[in-house]
Amino acid sequence: MPISTTSQSKSTVAVIDYGMGNLHSAAKALEHVAPEAHVIVTSDPETILSADRVMFPGVGAIRDCVGEIRRLGLDQVVSEAIQQKPFLAVCVGLQSMMTRSEENEGVDCLDLFQGEVKFFGDQLKDTDGSVLKVPHMGWNQVAQVQSGHPLWNGIENNARFYFVHSYYVSVTNNGLIAGQTDYGFSFTSVIAKDNVFAAQFHPEKSQHAGLALLGNFMNWDGQS
Amino acid sequence: MGLAKRIIPCLDVDNGRVVKGVQFVDIRDAGDPVEIARRYDEQGADEITFLDITATHEGRATTIKTVEKMASEVFIPLTVGGGIRELADIRRMLNAGADKIAINSAAVFNPDFVGEAAAKFGSQCIVVAIDAKCVSQPGEKPRWEIFTHGGRKPTGIDAVEWAIKMVGLGAGEILLTSMDRDGTKNGFDLDVTSAISDAVHVPIIASGGVGNLQHLADGVIKGKADAVLAASIFHFGEYTVQQAKEFMAAQGIEMRL
Repeated sequence: MPISTTSQSKSTVAVIDYGMGNLHSAAKALEHVAPEAHVIVTSDPETILSADRVMFPGVGAIRDCVGEIRRLGLDQVVSEAIQQKPFLAVCVGLQSMMTRSEENEGVDCLDLFQGEVKFFGDQLKDTDGSVLKVPHMGWNQVAQVQSGHPLWNGIENNARFYFVHSYYVSVTNNGLIAGQTDYGFSFTSVIAKDNVFAAQFHPEKSQHAGLALLGNFMNWDGQS
Repeated sequence: MGLAKRIIPCLDVDNGRVVKGVQFVDIRDAGDPVEIARRYDEQGADEITFLDITATHEGRATTIKTVEKMASEVFIPLTVGGGIRELADIRRMLNAGADKIAINSAAVFNPDFVGEAAAKFGSQCIVVAIDAKCVSQPGEKPRWEIFTHGGRKPTGIDAVEWAIKMVGLGAGEILLTSMDRDGTKNGFDLDVTSAISDAVHVPIIASGGVGNLQHLADGVIKGKADAVLAASIFHFGEYTVQQAKEFMAAQGIEMRL
C-alpha cells in the first residue's frame, strides 16, 4: 500500500545527543523495533524540533549532563519538544527534567516537572534489614500505575526492566507517577504526562519488555 | 519481590573468537562471539561480559567491530574489558555499544585512572576487575592479594583494601575473579567474595571456578554476590542460562525468569 509506505518512510525519531555516555544503544534499539523509521542521533535544535518524536536518553553525572544540555541550548529544545510530540526520556534524561538533584553537591535541573532527585544512600536497607547495594543495578520490577497508558501496551504489570542508578526521582505531584519500583522503599520509576513518558530504567537494555516499550513509543500518537 | 540477582555469561575473546582457558592457559576455541551472545540472550542472560584478551593492534580493531555487532543484536547490558588503559579506550568502547567498561591492570598501575573514568563517564559504567589470589597459609587469617597480567604478577596489594579504595575512587561495581579457582570447576572462592561484598556498598560479581549450578547459587547465598559470572559451563552446553536461573530460583534466590 503506497500511502502507508510513504507515511512510514517519513517517520523520524531524534535521539538527543549532548555528548554524554552511550546514546548508540538507544539508537540501535529504536532501529531494531522500527526498521522503517529514520533514527537520528543529533544535538541540532532544528532537527530535534522537526522530528516526529524525540528520545532523551542519558547516563552520567548530573552536573555535566545538565551543563552540556544548557551549553548546547537543548534546555529550550526539550522544553518545546515536551509540549509538542511523543517524548521519551530515560534515566538521567528523566532526572534532568526535574527541579533539582542532590547529586554533585546539588544541581539545579531543567524544572520541567516539579520534584527532587535524591540519593539512595550508602546505608540503604531492605525491609528485612539486609544491606542493599548502591548503585541500584540490575533487573527490577515496575508496578504500572497509569495501567492503561499506551506505552504499557502488551507489557505485563511488574515486568522486570534494567536499572542502573544511585539517585531516584521524587515528584511533587503524585498524579505524574506511571510506574513504581521497590528498592528498600517504593520509588517513582516512571512518570507520564500527556505526550511525555519518562523512565528511570533503560528500555534499550531491557530485552523483550524494553523493546516492547520502545515499539509502543514508535507507534504512539502522544495521547495518554 | 525486588531486584533480581544476575547471571552473566562471560566471553573471553581473542582476535574475534571466543576462547576459554584453564587458569589462564590451555586455550580452547568456543566459537563466534556475536552468535554466542545471541544464544545467551535468548536463554535469558541478564548481561553479557566481553573480555578482550587480544594483545595485537589488529585484534583490537576486530574487537570494536564485534562489540558494535553484538550491541545491535543483543539488547541487554554489555560490559567490555581487557586492555582498557586510557579515557579514549573507554570512549571508543562506549561508542561501539558497550554499557559498562571493566578496568583491571590499568587501575593497579594508575588508580587515579578509575577516578578520572568515573568522573567523565559516571560510576555506573565503571567496573573494576580484581584478580585475587589467596596468599595466607592454612591456619592463618585468610588474606588475598591482587595479581595482574592475567594472574601472573603479584602486586602485594590486599584485595579487600583495594576494593574499598576502588569504590572510593568511583567504581560502580566490582568484578572479582579468584585466580585460585578460575577454570578449576571447584566453585567460587566464597570467602574472598563475601569479604569484599561486606566491605563495599557497590554490587559484586563473583567469577572464577563455576563447575555446576550449585556453585552459582552458593556464590549468591554464601558469597553474598549480587551477580555470578561463568563461561565454560555455558559455552560447552553443559547447562543453559535458563536452567541455571530456574535452579537458583528454586533455592529461594530472586531471579528474572
